[in-house]
Amino acid sequence: MSSEQGHQPKTLITGVIGSDTHIVGNRILSMALEQAGYKVVSLGALTPAQDFVKAAVETAADAILVSSLYGQGELDCRGFRELCIEAGLADILIYVGGNLVVGKQSWPDVEQRFLAMGFDRAFPPGTRTADVLDALAHDFATRPRKAGA
Amino acid sequence: MSMPRAALLIDFGSTYTKLRAVDLDGPRLLGSGQGPSTVASDITIGLTAALVDLERRLGGLPDFQYRLASSSAAGGLRMVTVGLVRELTAEAARQAALGAGAKLIASFAYQLTKSDIDKITELAPDIVLLAGGTDGGNTEVICANAAMLARATIHCPIIVAGNRVVTDQVCALLAKANKLTSAAENVMPEFGVLNIEPAREAIRQVFINRIVHAKGIDRAQNMFDRVLMPTPAAVLEGARLLADGDGAMSGLGSLLVVDVGGATTDVHSVCTGKPTHEGVVLQGLPEPYLKRTVEGDLGMRHNALAIVEAAGIDVLAADSAVPVARLEQLVRRLHSDVERLPTDAEERALDHALARAAVRIAVRRHAGTTETVYTVTGPVTVQRGKDLSDITAVVGTGGPLAHGVDPAATLAMALADAAEPLSLRPRQAKLLLDRDYVLYACGLLASVEPQAALALALRYIHPLQETPRRGQGSVS
Repeated sequence: MSSEQGHQPKTLITGVIGSDTHIVGNRILSMALEQAGYKVVSLGALTPAQDFVKAAVETAADAILVSSLYGQGELDCRGFRELCIEAGLADILIYVGGNLVVGKQSWPDVEQRFLAMGFDRAFPPGTRTADVLDALAHDFATRPRKAGA
Repeated sequence: MSMPRAALLIDFGSTYTKLRAVDLDGPRLLGSGQGPSTVASDITIGLTAALVDLERRLGGLPDFQYRLASSSAAGGLRMVTVGLVRELTAEAARQAALGAGAKLIASFAYQLTKSDIDKITELAPDIVLLAGGTDGGNTEVICANAAMLARATIHCPIIVAGNRVVTDQVCALLAKANKLTSAAENVMPEFGVLNIEPAREAIRQVFINRIVHAKGIDRAQNMFDRVLMPTPAAVLEGARLLADGDGAMSGLGSLLVVDVGGATTDVHSVCTGKPTHEGVVLQGLPEPYLKRTVEGDLGMRHNALAIVEAAGIDVLAADSAVPVARLEQLVRRLHSDVERLPTDAEERALDHALARAAVRIAVRRHAGTTETVYTVTGPVTVQRGKDLSDITAVVGTGGPLAHGVDPAATLAMALADAAEPLSLRPRQAKLLLDRDYVLYACGLLASVEPQAALALALRYIHPLQETPRRGQGSVS
């Protein structure tokens, strides 16, 4: 529809999923995204999975960036892509990052598990904000323009 | 001596046409008048009867400087709201309509279907409020819904208060289909930002310019100056004035108004509702400072059976000391004879118990709740809705409270209950009663003489505790 062309900034949803109160890293990420020119809808800590999706529907978001720092990410993120599909956002870009699992597990295994859940990218602990910005720029440039919105 | 400056405040209600005559310089209530509600036939008949009644009580009618009216007649302002996500713009649209004093007859979220349109057509609302999408957000759904409404055979005005990016486009689409359309700012311009005042004002304008005529209220237009708003909006305006005060004159502070009626129970709160404890995490949509909720299943007559269902018959039997079997019988009679007034101690006890249950449940639904979430770093308290803990005053209004036995005991049901620690109801508020039904009148008067309106409210809305306040009418 009309305004999709042109210089409308991309809209990103950020937040910390589940019963997780670790907000600092997510805030730093949100600030970096805003400085890079994105429109950021930041949902903050303790955000249920469905609230990410509802916010994305209403704001016609281009991507959802889910943070999880307390080791329960795998449990909280299960079915996230399915929720998006259910809400008509089958093709939305979704990232996840943080301390996604407990204990010492090899990152490639963890990453694989989250990609299998339907996340487009998973980021290990210690990721720099610049890496996320690069990934977004790359993915937005290469993915087909989403329909609707 | 010169004649007092006087105002006439009219409420075209669903059952009665009510009048309050006010001496603006007192300010004091000069008198009241009442007539039947005759909107269905000719509104002037009921108003004339009410004026005759007032004249008889006053021994003559003063030359009124203002004659202002509110109306809840002819079914009230019947509205349908449409939004996108149920908990987001659809909820914001509902809040706007309720805050404008409307009677919400249906609310829709996501794309309207053919059967939704059929339902809207059948309901024949007075106004449709169409929202959806934050500014710059989703445009697809509001455009699709506008197209559906454009094709529908409804004739009512449509107010568009959605994603501003497509407001012009949506209005043009509707106007092309000969729908009366007006635009207002988005009810949710940014995610999580509630902006319902512009939509409320747009609703009020449509009400004044269109609905008053459509309902035949303007037939009596040479008998008054203006119909300003629906009556529930006048009550809400009165509550706002009584809470916030006006200029140098302070009000009562944060306020809850409970209006128990024959068909519904309305609750109005005037407060931010922010957490009263530190470290509480707020979830969900931000709450409006002026919030109105309507409980369609809590009414003393039309919904007496529904109160029994919501509260539990054992609770009512215990509270009224009427045996269960007898209580069932009495409630059925009330349901079929909605005009019935209590005639003996037993019926009064039943009404008292019904009112107490209605207040308790309605305020519980209006109030926010807390929940403890156990996280790795320890328990965290999450709040949803408004925290009413620190509300300073609870005002009761409406016939059942004004005329019932022991209104203090009824209103006390609005207060926090140790058995329900997660419900954020007022902890220790003053209880007051609008015995003379002046709150709507003060809300109307606030538009022209706010100081007089506030003084009137402070003077006539009485504290229910044992010691009457000294110097009534003074600032509390």
